[in-house]
Amino acid sequence: MADFETHHFDTHQHDVLVVGAGGAGLRAAVEASAGGVKVAVLSKSLLGKAHTVMAEGGVAAAMGHVDDRDNWRVHFADTMRGGQYLNNPHMAQYHAQEAPARVRELEAWGALFDRTKDGRILQRNFGGHKYPRLAHVGDRTGLEMIRTLQDHGIHQGIDFHMEMTVLTLLKSADRIAGALAYDRERGRFKVFRAKAVVLAAGGVGRAFRITSNSWEYTGDGHALAYHAGATLLDMEFVQFHPTGMVWPPSVRGILVTEGVRGEGGVLKNKDGRRFMFDDIPDNYKSQTADNPEEGWRYTQGDKNARRPPELLTRDHVARCIQREVREGRGSPHGGVFLDIAWIKEHIPNSAEHIKKKLPSMYHQFKQLADLDITAEPMEVGPTTHYMMGGVKVDPATQMSEVPGLFAAGECAAGLHGANRLGGNSLSDLLVFGKRAGEHAAEYAKSNGMPAADSAQIDEASRMALAPFERSSGANPYEIQHSLQGTMQDLVGIVRLEAEMARAVEEVGALREKAKSAYIPGNREYNPGWHTSLDLDNLLTVSEAIARAALLRKESRGAHYRDDFPGKDSDWGKYNIAVRKAADGSMKVERVPIVPLTGEQAAIIEEMK
Amino acid sequence: MSQATFRIWRGDRGKGEFRDYSTEVSPGMVVLDAVHQIQASHAPDLAARWNCKAGKCGSCSAEINGKPRLMCMTRLNQIPLDRPVTVEPMQAFPHLRDLVTDVSWNYEVKKKILRFAPRKPDAADGTWRMEQVDADRVQEFRKCIECYLCQDVCHVLRDHHKHDEFIGPRFFVYNAALEMHPLDTADRLGDLKRRDGIGYCNITKCCTTVCPEEIKITDNAIIPLKERVVDRFYDPLTRLFRMFGG
Repeated sequence: MADFETHHFDTHQHDVLVVGAGGAGLRAAVEASAGGVKVAVLSKSLLGKAHTVMAEGGVAAAMGHVDDRDNWRVHFADTMRGGQYLNNPHMAQYHAQEAPARVRELEAWGALFDRTKDGRILQRNFGGHKYPRLAHVGDRTGLEMIRTLQDHGIHQGIDFHMEMTVLTLLKSADRIAGALAYDRERGRFKVFRAKAVVLAAGGVGRAFRITSNSWEYTGDGHALAYHAGATLLDMEFVQFHPTGMVWPPSVRGILVTEGVRGEGGVLKNKDGRRFMFDDIPDNYKSQTADNPEEGWRYTQGDKNARRPPELLTRDHVARCIQREVREGRGSPHGGVFLDIAWIKEHIPNSAEHIKKKLPSMYHQFKQLADLDITAEPMEVGPTTHYMMGGVKVDPATQMSEVPGLFAAGECAAGLHGANRLGGNSLSDLLVFGKRAGEHAAEYAKSNGMPAADSAQIDEASRMALAPFERSSGANPYEIQHSLQGTMQDLVGIVRLEAEMARAVEEVGALREKAKSAYIPGNREYNPGWHTSLDLDNLLTVSEAIARAALLRKESRGAHYRDDFPGKDSDWGKYNIAVRKAADGSMKVERVPIVPLTGEQAAIIEEMK
Repeated sequence: MSQATFRIWRGDRGKGEFRDYSTEVSPGMVVLDAVHQIQASHAPDLAARWNCKAGKCGSCSAEINGKPRLMCMTRLNQIPLDRPVTVEPMQAFPHLRDLVTDVSWNYEVKKKILRFAPRKPDAADGTWRMEQVDADRVQEFRKCIECYLCQDVCHVLRDHHKHDEFIGPRFFVYNAALEMHPLDTADRLGDLKRRDGIGYCNITKCCTTVCPEEIKITDNAIIPLKERVVDRFYDPLTRLFRMFGG
């Protein structure tokens, strides 16, 4: 190994390096710095712009402010049921137990949630949650959370490096040693040496054509961990949110919050039928209303009513919408109708009520679709939204199988299993962001600064500059576009063996093509270059998704196969693990799920 | 499908020129879509910031036909397409490349403002009680997506470059959110008067006009803060009380 100190790139040293500045990254950084260590945060965008701002409906925490029957045990059971029991039960338990304290902590840092009549934090209904559980701020909860964490974090002595993208994680023998990154502004390489690294890089939505995710969500955390030797878990489970905008074309995929349904919005097909009543899964029958009147009472807080079928889990609602469209009962632009305006039958002054409860939805449709949601139904359809799969971590510490490498939030796996409940991502990033930060700081305190490998740095920086060396070649935007088409069409909501096999081949071909990518211009703020660099991560996660989906020969949660439409109890005993083999190929295999403790099994049985 | 021409500023660090790009227009399209199409077909290295594409993150601020706007929320059917649509970077901040400016000054300003300092919890379990009506007022300010369009349009920054003496509308809104927060106990009026230059604002309301979140910046944030500063520092009775009250 060459002597690192002689290396020519700008070099920084920290105890803990956090990759990503969304909710999970900021919460981890705040906790690590509170632990008394030196912390840096790298973010692809400016501070406060991460995808957490898009979270609308709320943060799930069993505080019991609106219905005092709620407690962590119910939240735990709801999360496991929603995840079809592939979740890591220990993560689901920590999450349910610690979420209330994490939400209250935000209030102490300045967050201003909507209030109950007695002045406490208000909670709302959401899909798959038995009781009103989501603390919220209208429909902009994510913005409130990221701004609170950001404004708190800037006073904690954390070094923020904005518009800085990680190219590769550095290793020293088996241990993590930091990261090589480049700054968008000048295109310069920077070396960040660190004793511990927390990956909080979010999801993979840009692998699909229709998505609610921004350019940033290219699976960086997943791919960096994979190449560093960590295991990825549950990669076949991609959440398609049932309600994205479908018209006009330029807004296709933009999220329409589940909060619309929580506030009484209903789904209808072109014949005006509430088709969600037509297919209620057996394991939810006892909790679900069987008539519209009961469903409405539930949304208005009647504790004796069961929730309407529109609030079934996202995987199921998305498939029902897909079915209506496929069978010719969809809306004019290939979606279905989501109607909140109808509540005028029940509520005087409903237009003002809707604007107060769903202000940014009102704004979004008014501005982008010329549609007044207080008067007309919206057109909605499924959009790629969230990755349940991610880095396999220890449930208590969030450390991966690579010593010193931690992961939290969307890029970590375990909490959500086969399907995530709405509201559980914001609580996930608080609970496990904190745990990751705390344990990364502890790890850094008990381990020295590892050496950085000059050869690894040279190799990665040389590869990154390759697109400039060519005088012609493939357009990286076109490669990305082709990949999105492949994943959308062949590994989407409804999957088939032959199609997925074709996807694996096409991803391989695109990987070859990406090796000849060419970019005009220079290294300074060049989005073409950034797109080409992101491609490698996107291709890695796409391959992992397709291969894991091929292996799981059943339908469960977000993974639906037309050739294996039923659940298979044997498959219910396994997660799928993805690892990089010694020869560089991708290895996909079944691993047994984490067993329940006696107490956990008893809770699940009791709540059935 | 019709075509439209976009006249986009290209260049580095203040030096550059407008270049024309023609691209297809489809229903519902916004200016950011046009920029993306141009990147994918004609100009892969065209620098622009964006994230959510739904008016929620405040990344894609620019000046469209001379007006500070979010590119993702500016629909093409709201602007004339029979002549080129100009798209240029914000003017109140140092230019980096094409449509991207250096907004780091804003992050430095925010760090200097006294942080949130809550009163002691109201309940034994460490929680607080607040009325929704008290939250409402501050929630308006907390809608801010930090797009900095209000900073861009403010003549104190844009024309007079008072960045060292004046924090701009965004940070008056930020101050107002803290000062009016039902739980906050810190006092920022001295800083507002002396360091933050609230006196420079002559309430022309340009900031309110460009705010994509429709926050009533001048009426609800700046004027109440000005009143508090005036009450504290200029009211003769208060001064007298202070003189003798110690």
